[in-house]
Order: sequence, then structure tokens, then C-alpha cells
Amino acid sequence: MDDPILSVRHLTIDIPLAQGTMHAVRGIGFDLKRGETLCIVGESGSGKSLTSLAIMGLLSKKLRQKAEKLQFAGLDLRNQTPRMMRGLRGDRMAMIFQEPMTSLNPAYTIGDQLEEAYLLHRKAGKAEARARAVELLGKVGITAAESRLSQYPHQLSGGLRQRVMIAMALMCEPELIIADEPTTALDVTIQAQILRLLSDLQREMNMAMILVTHDLGIVARIADKVAVMYAGEVVEQGTAAEIFDNPRHPYTRGLLRCIPVPGKTKPGERLGSIPGIVPSLVGNFQGCAFRGRCDVAEPICSEMVPVQEEGQEHMWRCIHAAGEGASEGVSQGVRP
Amino acid sequence: MLAFALKRLGLAVLVTLTVSLVSFSLLFMSGDPASAIAGENASATDIEAIRTLYGFDRPFLVQYTDWLFSALRGDFGQSYYFKLPVADLIADRLSTTMLLGICGISFALLTAVPLGVAAAVRPNSFIDRLALFLSVMGQAMPSFWFGLVLIVIFSINLGLLPPSGSSSWKNFVMPTVVLGYYAMPAIMRLTRAGMLEVLNADYIRTARAKGASEWRVMFKHALRNAVVPVVSLAAVQMGFMLGGSIVVESIFALHGAGYLAWESIARNDLPTVQALILIFSLFYIVFTFLSDLANAWLDPRIRVG
Amino acid sequence: MPGSIRASGWGEAMARTIETVAEEIRSPSPGAMLRRRIFGHYGLVFGIAVLTIIVLIALFAPLLTSHDPYTQDLMARMKPPFWMAGHDPDHLLGTDHLGRDYLARLLYGARISLAIGAVAALISGLIGTAMGVAAGYFGGKVDLVVTFLINVRLAMPVVLVALAVVAILGGSLEVVIVVLGLLLWDRFAVVMRSSVMQVRDLEYVNAAKAIGCSVPRIVLSEIMPNVLNNLIVVATLEMAHAILLEAALSFLGLGVQPPTPSWGLMISEGKQMMLFEPWLIAIPGVALFILVLAINLLGDGLRDVTAPENRG
Repeated sequence: MDDPILSVRHLTIDIPLAQGTMHAVRGIGFDLKRGETLCIVGESGSGKSLTSLAIMGLLSKKLRQKAEKLQFAGLDLRNQTPRMMRGLRGDRMAMIFQEPMTSLNPAYTIGDQLEEAYLLHRKAGKAEARARAVELLGKVGITAAESRLSQYPHQLSGGLRQRVMIAMALMCEPELIIADEPTTALDVTIQAQILRLLSDLQREMNMAMILVTHDLGIVARIADKVAVMYAGEVVEQGTAAEIFDNPRHPYTRGLLRCIPVPGKTKPGERLGSIPGIVPSLVGNFQGCAFRGRCDVAEPICSEMVPVQEEGQEHMWRCIHAAGEGASEGVSQGVRP
Repeated sequence: MLAFALKRLGLAVLVTLTVSLVSFSLLFMSGDPASAIAGENASATDIEAIRTLYGFDRPFLVQYTDWLFSALRGDFGQSYYFKLPVADLIADRLSTTMLLGICGISFALLTAVPLGVAAAVRPNSFIDRLALFLSVMGQAMPSFWFGLVLIVIFSINLGLLPPSGSSSWKNFVMPTVVLGYYAMPAIMRLTRAGMLEVLNADYIRTARAKGASEWRVMFKHALRNAVVPVVSLAAVQMGFMLGGSIVVESIFALHGAGYLAWESIARNDLPTVQALILIFSLFYIVFTFLSDLANAWLDPRIRVG
Repeated sequence: MPGSIRASGWGEAMARTIETVAEEIRSPSPGAMLRRRIFGHYGLVFGIAVLTIIVLIALFAPLLTSHDPYTQDLMARMKPPFWMAGHDPDHLLGTDHLGRDYLARLLYGARISLAIGAVAALISGLIGTAMGVAAGYFGGKVDLVVTFLINVRLAMPVVLVALAVVAILGGSLEVVIVVLGLLLWDRFAVVMRSSVMQVRDLEYVNAAKAIGCSVPRIVLSEIMPNVLNNLIVVATLEMAHAILLEAALSFLGLGVQPPTPSWGLMISEGKQMMLFEPWLIAIPGVALFILVLAINLLGDGLRDVTAPENRG
């Protein structure tokens, strides 16, 4: 129980482009146990989605991926054959995508697509797969599940489609579920429902979950661990309490400043924002990627970044130690 | 679905009526159809006699409705040249042209679709280059010249295939290739473009995330969606191909409806020409109607509103 | 699935088939990326170069050969071209069955093909663009009428109708050009209609409407520049189409009439003797192929260069 189900060490992903190689993910690592939720936070383009696709073995062949360790349930994912990866995907590890509107095949019924996920991995008949599909549609809160099976994706709303996607991911009771911004495309009211559902199901089935998001409000509610990514690196990671109550990296502090806090943020008040843009990751890169946007940067930041640790899990990449040089006015204790 | 089918059917009927009006008007383009039929050396009395005989002295609309209602009963009048009922003449020849059309479109689809899929799956590979080469060649090659080249190579030099006639299956090999190659580039392009687009779709990633094999992803999830526009195009091309059979049939002396069209145009046999234009149009109209229905059926967004 | 498809209304019922025709123009040509990577815009450059050469040949045909394409010399019939034994150095590409110099006929024939292609594409372009722009800009009833006319036109077999009309009116260069021009407007209309629909609701068009610009002004100064690339691509394709059709009509004996040096006619005349003298059909056939290939590569190249995703 205490061995991590997923263990990643020094994962790098390079994208060959005409202008040179883009180092999109640069040496990230984390551990995840059963029943835990890891939230990967960061802006778009920070490498969050690439990381989740790499774990699933779904990266395009054009991208180059390397890792010192990429272990799932005792299996070394680096040397699995494509056939073995297919056996894992959808069975022991599953993924939910960002775009529920386009992630379901328009040509097949909901039932066909749900059953397919089951039939691909289980020696089961159509009737059994159907029963399982009905069961899971019920679990994800879809009423009249029987009659939904014969419907097509275009007949369902975005929220319903995402529930179907979740049901599809859970058909074979995976040990690991990766949700890549599962609520970004949905209405705010639906977002909360879907997240609660995901987190309830995760607890119920005792799965490990990776939730990729750029919304810290979500993270605060369901994360056990948080990894903050910036420009292809994990700049800070730790338990949710450590990240929210004691953020060390200037970028994490900046992100936290961007969330409105009930009671503290007055109507009309400007929320914090981080000026500047993410540096280009094409070609060789040295030093701290955040230095161009950092208000406590020093000349040395362009040469090296030390990795600092505190306690069991808390890690950040910055020359500044705890509290030192941190700008004032960081809103802390945002956890509800 | 039913509402769509009915509207589509109504459109088909309207288009058919308009085409029939246009093809009937052709008769009057030369000015006086009676003198055209009578020939250059006819006397004024002869022309007058023909005018009364064929009813050219009546108002245009009367003649048109008369012709249309006869046509609806399958009576297209007498051929001036063959002195036979036009309907019998055409019925006699139609099977050859239909056979040629079916062979041609099958050849086009059987080469274009696999080639287009393979090219889309492996862009920039050898097969993609081959597909590009064949499509560029096919679009620039005049089909009548391609037919002649085939005759020179396979009939004259190699003696493998008969250059003309319609007695055995061998007679259909070269016409099929020529006609099919005419339709191939467009179908290939569309298949390739459609597959490329579909392969980038989110639901393809979903299928892979489920653990589906590449083969299954390609044929169950991708092709099913990419094939929808290809069905429309194949129907359009089939209609164009039958219209183009006149060229192929005249090169290979295949005695089908296209050959008949060529003969009757060369001989000013207007009733036959009118009927053939209407019938070839009708083929196009029926094919596109059926393909729209097939598409609506293939696309659940239309089938179940 | 490309395009959104709705099943309601007459417009949709009619537009489906013709959208197929437009799809062909919009999708990038196969291997577009590949060619760009290997040759840059090799196809485009090749197309422009070859087309320029053929235009120059057509313009300066009298300077390039001292022979007249119509003069018969029955004493010097069927002389073989330069690569065969027994050729006459005076007739580089030999002579035809009436002893006319084949090179001269080929060079002057370029004039026929180019004239047919350019003028027919111009006529059909004017008709088709007017219809397509009207349908795309006004929508509604205008669109219904135009879409219906396009459907009617697409249903009629081009070769058959062209042959019949040319036969009734008598074959001549002018008749063939006008008939083809009046027949080949369909793709212009289809592509212009959908292109205009795509830009008509854009910000700057609405801005022009809001400040009270007249319809012709909006169409000419706001819409046309944005759909011009598609128009040019269709124009090249239709030019090639017209050239091939003229050749086919003349080949069938119902297009341009002898003794005009049309390449299609040359193939038709050579066909009688292709058993023994295959070069008689090979030479004009290859010329036709190269001309159409050059125009198509030019069109493909322009489409790839001007495709929205490739604009800087």
C-alpha cells in the first residue's frame, strides 16, 4: 500500500521543430500513491498536458521522451511494447480529456463507446459490457442510463458528455486516472459538480488521480499533493498544505495572488497578475526560467537554480530560502 | 430524417424538370428545327411538311409539355436517323454504359481510398509521394489521349487487350482504367485530407486512451468519419463519369449510350440527343440524391435529429 | 466531420452536393507540406516557368518556325520527327498526313489552347463570380436561386451538352469558347459563394455596413480582396478544364474544325495512323499534358501559398 503506484523521475520531453529543439518538459519527477490526488498546476504551455500524455504513452512519435524512472504499478513504462501499453491504457490507467464536446466519436452511440472500453480489456459478452455501462452511467449521476446508451454524443450537453467520458475512463476500474483540465470547457456551475463527482469516485474506488489544471481554486479543494509547473519544470511541489500555507517559489506566490479570496477581495479590486511572458524553450536554456518575470530575481539567477527541500515532500527551485526576499502582500491561507 | 429526405426529393424533381426544359430548348437553338432535320438541300415545301409532321408549328410550351408527358411515359419520340423509338435505342445501350460506370467508379474507389488513407497515415512517406504523383498526373492527362496511349501499348505493342468492341470482359479493362483514373485524383485528395483532419480529432485520442489498437483506431474510429464526404464526392464523380463516357466509349468503340450520343450528335438526331442529356442528368441527380440519403444515414447528427 | 451539417430547410438540402465541389478546392493538395519541405515552392515555380514559356511560344510562333501551319505539301507527307530514321532536317517534328509541318502546327496550336483556356475561364469566371458573390453576400432567397441553378448546371453532362450545342451552332473557335464559357461557371459560383459566406460576417465587413457603404463598394473593396486567392485558384483550374474540354471536343470532331491547328484535332487526325506512327499522337498529347500540368501546378501552388494557415 505504501509503495507509490506511479513514480516519475527526471522526465524530459523534447519537440523537434524547424527552428531547433524545444525542451518542453525538463526533468520533472513525482510519486503518487493509491488514493492520492496530485494536482499539476501551471499556465498553458508549461508542459502539464504533455506530461500526462507521456505517462499514458500517448505522445506523438515525433516527440522525444526520456526518463530516469517511469514506473507504474511495478512496471517500467519505458520498456513496454506498444501492445503492452495498449493493454494498460483504458484498463489500469485511464484518461479524461479537456474537450468533452469533441472527445466522443460523433459516429457511434454512447453505449457503443462505453462498451468498447470494457470489451477491449475484459473477456466479456456484449450483455455484460452493457450492464457495466449502465452501472457506471448511474455512478456518474446520469439518470435513465438505459435509454442514454442508444443516444449519440451530439444529443448530450457538455456536462453530460464529460460525465460519459468519466464513466468511460472508469469502465475497467483503473488504478490511475489522469484528468487533463476536465472542467475547463464547462459552465461554472457544472464545473463544481463534475469535480465533486471525480473526487468522490476517486475516493470510492481508491484510485490515484492526477488532475491537470490551471485553476488553483480547484486545487485547493481536492489536492493531496501539488506540483507547480513553469516552462517545463516543476518549480515547486509539496503537500497541498505546504503549497497553500507556505509557498516558497515566487511563481507559486504569484499564482496564489491571482485567486480571489472570499471576504478579502473587494468587488472591483484588481487581482494580482504576473507580468511578462513565458520564455522560449527552444534551444539550450540556463538558469531560472522565471527570472524574467520575477520581482526578486538576482544576477545569479541567470546561471544556476538550486533545488531546496524542506520536510518530507516540499521542494522548490529558487535561490531564495524560506521567506527570504519574498515580496509582501502575498495572500496566504486561501484554503477554504 | 424523413423531412430531409422529402425536401431533397423535391429538389431532385425540380432539378430534373429544369434540366428537361433546358435540354428540350436545345432543339430550338439553331433557330428552325424543321430545316435542321430536313437537311441543307430540302425545299421549302419539304421543310413545311416536316414542321407539321413534328408539330414544330405549335407554341413552344405546348411542344415542351407534350414532350415531357410522353417522356414521363417512357416515350422519347422517334430517332430521325435510326428511325426507331429513342427509348428502345437507349435502353439497348444503357447496360453497357452502366457496367462501364460501375467498373470505373469501383476502380477509382478501390485505388483512391486505400491510397488516400495510407498517404494520410504516413505523410511524406513513399506511398504519399506515389499518391501525389498519380493524382497530379491524372489531373493533367487528357483522358482520350490516355486511352489512345493504352491502346498503343496494350493492344498494338503487347497484343494483350482488344482495342475496341464490347464482346468480352477484356474490352472493359482499358475503358475502366481510363474512366476510373479520371475520378481517382479528386477522391484520393479528399480521402487523404479527410483522414488527416479526422486523425487529429480529439475522439481519436480518446480511442487510443481506451487502449484500442492502431488498426481499430484507423478503421473503426477514423475512416467511418472521413468517409462521409467521400461518399458525396463518389456520387458526384459517378455522375460526371457517365457524362464523360461519351469520350471513352468513342475511343474504344464500346457501343454504349455514350457512343450513341456521339453518333446522334454527329447526325443531328436531336430527339435522341435530348433524351440522352436528360438521362445522363437523371443519373447524376439520382446518384447525388442517394448519396445525400446515405450521408444523412451515416451521420447520426442528421439521422437522429 | 468537416463542415457542420444541419438537416433543416431547403438551403441545406441543396447545398450539400455543391459543398462537395467546394471541399475539393479548399483542402490543400496532397503532399503540399512535403513539396514545400523538399523544393520550397517548386511546383509553383515549375508551373509559372513552363506556362511563361508556352505563352511566349504562342506569341512568337511565327518567329520560331519558318513553316506555315496550314501549307500542305503532299510530296512530303508523314516525315518522321528528328529522333527517328529518315527524318527531314527541315521538319524537326516531321509532317502530318497532309505534309504540314508538325512543329509549326504544334507552336500555333498553343495559341488555340491558351485562347480557349483564358477566354473561357474569363467568361465563366464573370458569370460564376457574380452568382456566387450574390448568393454568399445576400443569402436567403438569392442564395436559394443560385444554389438551385448550380445544382441544375452540375446535373447536366458538360461534354454532351457542349458537343450538342457546338454541333447545332457549327464548330468554330468562337463558338467553342463561348459554349465552354457558358458551361464552366459552376465551380466559380460554388467556391465564391462559400468563400464570401465565410467573410461576410467578419468585423470589417460589418463595420463597412455600419458606416453606410453601398453594397457594390463593400463587395469590391471589403469582400473581393479577401476571396481573391480562391478566385485565382479556381480560375487556373477552370482554365485547365476548358483546355482539356476543347481538346476532347475537337478530338471527337465536334469542336474546332480542320484545318485549325488545335492539339485535340491533331491527336484526332493522328489517331488514324497511330498503328504505324504513334508519334503523331504522342507529340500533341505530351504538349497538352505539359500545358495542363503547368497550369494545375500553378493553381495548386497558389492554393498552398495563399491558404490561410500558411500566411505569415
